[in-house]
Amino acid sequence: MSGPSLMDSLFQPSLEDLIKGLRQQLIGEQAFISKSLEEIRKEIKSTDLSTKSTALLKLSYLSNLHFQDMSFAAFPALEVLSSPRFSHKKIAYHAISLSFHDSTPVLLLITNHLRKDLNSTNEFEVSLSLQCLSRIANVDLARDLTPEVFALLSSNKFYVRKRAVAVVLRVFEKYPDSVRVCFKRLVENLENSDPQVLSAVVGVFSELACKDPRSYLPLAPEFYKILVDSKNNWISIKVLKIFSKLAPLEPRLAKRVVEPICDLMRNTGAKSLLFECIRTVVTSLSENESAVRLAVGKVREFLEDEDPNLKYLGLQALRIVAEKHLWAVSENKEVVIKSLSDADPNIKIESLRLVMAMVSEHNVSEISRVLVNYAIKSDPVFCNEILGSILSTCSRNLYEIIVDFDWYVSLLGEMSRIAHCQMGDEIENQLIDIGLRVKDVRPELVRVARDLLIDPALLGNSFLHGVLSGAAWASGEYVEFSRNPLELMEALLQPRTSLLPPPIRAIYIQAAFKVLVFCLHTCFMRGKSIAPSASLDNLPAGVSASASYESFDDFSVENGADVAVVHGQTCASAPITKESIVNILNMVELALGPLLGSHDVEVQERARNLLGFVDLTKPEILNSSIHEKRDSEGKRVESSKIIKLMHDAFSKELGPVSLSAQGKVSLPDGLVLKENLGDLEMICGDIEPPSSNSFSFGSPYEEEKDGLSFSNLQIRDDNEQSNESTSLLAAHRKRHGLYYLSSGKSEMISNDYPPASDHTLQGDINDNADDLVKLTAESLIPKRKPKHGKPRPVVVKLDEVDEKPVAMKQPESRDDSLSGAVRDVLFGSEDIPPTSSQSNLSNSSKRKGKEKQHTDPHTESKVSAVGDGNSSSRRRKDRSQGKERRHRSPRKKNDEERKDADQKEKKKSSGGRHKSRQRAEEPLKVPAQTPVIPDFLL
Amino acid sequence: MIKAVMVINTQGKPRLAKFFEYLPLEKQQELIRNVFGVLCSRPENVSNFVEAESIFGPDSRLVYKHFATLYVIFVFDSSENELAMLDLIQVLVETLDRCFKNVCELDIVFNYSKIHTILDDIICGGQVLETRSTEIMRAVEEISKLEAAPNAITLIPKSSSGWLSR
Repeated sequence: MSGPSLMDSLFQPSLEDLIKGLRQQLIGEQAFISKSLEEIRKEIKSTDLSTKSTALLKLSYLSNLHFQDMSFAAFPALEVLSSPRFSHKKIAYHAISLSFHDSTPVLLLITNHLRKDLNSTNEFEVSLSLQCLSRIANVDLARDLTPEVFALLSSNKFYVRKRAVAVVLRVFEKYPDSVRVCFKRLVENLENSDPQVLSAVVGVFSELACKDPRSYLPLAPEFYKILVDSKNNWISIKVLKIFSKLAPLEPRLAKRVVEPICDLMRNTGAKSLLFECIRTVVTSLSENESAVRLAVGKVREFLEDEDPNLKYLGLQALRIVAEKHLWAVSENKEVVIKSLSDADPNIKIESLRLVMAMVSEHNVSEISRVLVNYAIKSDPVFCNEILGSILSTCSRNLYEIIVDFDWYVSLLGEMSRIAHCQMGDEIENQLIDIGLRVKDVRPELVRVARDLLIDPALLGNSFLHGVLSGAAWASGEYVEFSRNPLELMEALLQPRTSLLPPPIRAIYIQAAFKVLVFCLHTCFMRGKSIAPSASLDNLPAGVSASASYESFDDFSVENGADVAVVHGQTCASAPITKESIVNILNMVELALGPLLGSHDVEVQERARNLLGFVDLTKPEILNSSIHEKRDSEGKRVESSKIIKLMHDAFSKELGPVSLSAQGKVSLPDGLVLKENLGDLEMICGDIEPPSSNSFSFGSPYEEEKDGLSFSNLQIRDDNEQSNESTSLLAAHRKRHGLYYLSSGKSEMISNDYPPASDHTLQGDINDNADDLVKLTAESLIPKRKPKHGKPRPVVVKLDEVDEKPVAMKQPESRDDSLSGAVRDVLFGSEDIPPTSSQSNLSNSSKRKGKEKQHTDPHTESKVSAVGDGNSSSRRRKDRSQGKERRHRSPRKKNDEERKDADQKEKKKSSGGRHKSRQRAEEPLKVPAQTPVIPDFLL
Repeated sequence: MIKAVMVINTQGKPRLAKFFEYLPLEKQQELIRNVFGVLCSRPENVSNFVEAESIFGPDSRLVYKHFATLYVIFVFDSSENELAMLDLIQVLVETLDRCFKNVCELDIVFNYSKIHTILDDIICGGQVLETRSTEIMRAVEEISKLEAAPNAITLIPKSSSGWLSR
C-alpha cells in the first residue's frame, strides 16, 4: 500500500474526468467503469482526505447512475465524514445517504458524527446531517438522536427547523417513544408564521393522519384554523388531505369544514388545490349533497378542459363519486363515452372503468355488447383491458349482475374469438366455474364449448388454449346435454389438437373418454330396452331420439337422482348408431395410437386409459354388429357392465367446494391428524396438491380416482381411508346440504329465457357511443327489480369463502406502537386533574384556556370527579372508565399497549391535551343522552 | 410522501436517481428500466400521469414531464397532490434553468453534485420543503461558497471543487 504521495493526489482523476471518460467511450463503458472502480478502490485507501473524498464522490456517482456496488466504502465514508471541511462532509453524507441501510455494519458508528453536526452552528451542516438522518435512521439512531432533533424543532433558523420537522416523521416511525418527547413541539409549530415550516409540519401531520387518523382528531381546531387562514396552496392541499381523513370519523367536523372547502373550491385559481378540494369532497364529504353538486360541477370543467391531465383527473374524481352518486356519471356520460376513444391510454382506461361502474343487471348485456365491439376495433392492449374489465365486472360477487347466463356464456365464447384476446385463462376459469355453479346453463355451455372446439382455427392461437381446455372439460363433463356427441368426439380428436400443449391435450383426451363412455352407454342402454322390438342399426333418427328418452327413463330409475338431470334434456340427440360407434372407436385408435409414445406422462397415460377401454369394449361391439344381437346378449353383459360402471363414475356430479369445507368436518374418533405423514409423501408425492380455487377443478385425477373406487377396481391399500372419506363427505353433505348442488328436480327452472341478447346494437363506434349514451340514460334511472321477470337461475354460492377475506381484514398492526404513543401524548395521562395540568404545562396553557370555554359539562364533571382521591386510585378508576368508553371502538386492542405505555409514562407531564381528545370522542358515544351538543371541536 | 425522483434521458440512461427509501441497486436499476419502458412508449401530448402501481407497488403514483431529451419523473403516494407534483417538476426545472442558464442534458450530466444539492434543498425525507426557486438558488449558492472555502489546510487545490463552481 503506497502512502499518499503528492503525485497520487495531483494526478487523481476528478469526477469530471470520470464523466468525460465515460462519455468518450474509448474502451467501452463497462471496461471504463471497472477500470475506474479499480482506481477508486486504491484512492479510497489514501490517508489524504481530499483524495479519499474525491474517490468517494466518484464512487457515489458510479453507484447512483451506473449501479455499481459501493458497500465496500462504508468505512471510508465515515472517515471522510470526520473531516472538518464542509465539502468533504457533504460528499460523505451524500455517499452515506446513497448506500447505508439498516444492515450496514458500521451504521452505529455514525451516531456521534451526526450528533456533532446536528449541534453545529452552521445551518447547512445541520441540514446535511438531518438530510442524512431522514434517509438512514433506524431504531437506534432515532432513539439516540431524539434529543437533538427535539432541540432543532424549535431552532430559530427556519431553514433548519423545517428539515427537523421533516425528519421527525422518520424518527417517529422508527422509534415511537420519541413521540412523547417531540410531539408537543411539533404541534406548536402548527402556529408557526413561516409558510415553509408550516408546510412541513402540516405535511408531516398528513402523513401521520394517513396511518391512524383517529389519534389526530383533537388537533382538528388547529387544522381548521390553518384551512381558513392559509394563503399557501401547498399548505391548503396538505390540510385538505388531513381533513379528508378526519372528516369521516366525526360527522360534526365534516359539517364544519364543508363551507370553507366549498369556498376554496369556488375561489381558488390553482387547479391543484381545486382538485384536492374536489377529491376531499367526493371521498370524505359525500354525504353533503350541495358540496358534491358543486364538486361535480368542477369535475365537469376538468372533463371539458383541453389539458389531458385535468381530463384524466376529472375522470378519476368521477370514479370516486360514482360509488355513492351514480347520477354524477350519468350527467357526464357523453364525455365519459367519448373518452373511450381518446388518444391517451390513461384516459381510455379511466373512462372504461367509469363505464363499468354504470353497469347494472339491467344494462349489462347492452353495455357488454357495445364494449365488445369497441374491443374488436381497438389496439391489443386496450382490447384486453376491455375484455378483462367485462370479465371481472360480470363475475363480481359470483356473477351477481348476470341474470341470463345463456347470454353470458355465449358472450364468453364470442370474446374468445376476438383477434387480440389474451384473456384465455380467465375465460377458462369462468367457463368451468359457471358450469359448476349454474346448472341451468349447462346445455348452452356445451353448445358454446362445441362451437369453440370444432373450430380448427382456434387451435393455432396459443392465447386461447386456456379457453379450449375449459371448453373441452365442459363438453366432456356435461356431454349429456350435447346435441351431437359424435361431433364433439371428432372435435376432440381432430389432428390439429397436436398444436396444444400437453396438459391441455390430456384434458382433451379425458374429455374424449367421457364422451365415448356416454355414447356407448346411450347406445347400450337403448339396445337393452328396445332390443326386442327393432334392430338398432336401422333406426331412423327420429325414432332413435324418442328411444333415447325411454332408455333414459329406465336408466334414471336405476341410477337414482344423480342422473336425473339428464332426463329430458338430451332432446335432439343425433342418432348414435352402431356404425358410428365403430367409426369412433376406430378414430380413437387412429388418433391416440401415436400418443402412446408421447413424452408427456400425462398425455401418455390418458391415451393409454382410453385405448385400454376401447380394447375392452370394441371386440364385443364388433361381434354384436355382425351377429344377431340376441345371440350376443350374454357376452355383452360383461362389457356393458364396464360401460355402465364407467358411466356411473363420470356422471357423478362435481360441485364447487368451499375452501373451508375441510374445517367443517368434525374429527371422527380414532383419526389421528397429528401423525407424521412423511411416509405418505413417498407414495403419493407426485399427486398435485388440490387447486386453491374455491371450486374444484374436476381435474382428471379426481375423476379417475372416483372411477376406480366406484368400479371396485381399487387395488391400493388405502381402501379404508377412501371409504372413510366418502362417509365423511356424505355426513358433511347431510349437515351442510345448503352448500351442495342439490340433485333434486326443484332446481330445474324452465329454460324459457329470451334468446341471448338480440344484436340490434351493431354498427360503427360512433353509433355505439350514441346507443350507449341512450342505454345508460335509461338504465341509470333506479329501477325496481321487475317482479314478474324470469327468476335468475340458482348460482351455487359458498358464502363463507366469500366472506372470509373481509373478516380477515385487520387494521395494520405496524403503526400501533406509533399511534399508541401519539394517543398517549394527546390524551394519555387522563388522571392529571385539570388544575394541575394547567399549572404544569405553561406551554399549552394558552390553548387549554381556549378549549376550556367549550368544555362539555358532562366531561368536565367526569374529569373533576376523577380528580378526587389519591393519584393511583384515580388512575385506576379512570382507566376502567376509559376502557368502558372505548369498549365499542374498533381500536380496543390498543388499550393494552396504551396501558403499558402509560405505566412507563406515569411521571410524564404531557397530558395537557387529553381533554380535547376525550371531548372529541364523547359525543360519538352519547349523542342520545345529550341532544344539544356544544360544538367543542372547533 | 415522495418516493423517488428520477431524470432519465430519451435513450433510457439515468441522469439523476434519488430514492427516499433504501432500495438495493438491482431494484433501482429495474425500476428505472421499467419506468423508461413505459414512458418511451407514450405518445406526445397525452397526460403526464402513468399508472405506477404495477412498477412501484400499491399506493404509488407517477407524474413525468418530457423536456427535450429528458424525462423528469416524480413517484409519490396518495398523500401528495398530482398537480402539485407537476408544479414541483416545474420548480425543479426552473431552478436548474436559473442555475445553468438554459439547462440542457449536459449540464445535468456534468453537475452531479449540484443537482443533488438542489434536489435536497427542495425535498427532505420525501417531504417538500421549499418551492421557491429564488430561495433554493440562494441556499445552493451559499452551500457552494462553503464548499469552496478551505476551513482546513489543503496543500493542493482540489479539482473536486473546481467543477462544482461551474
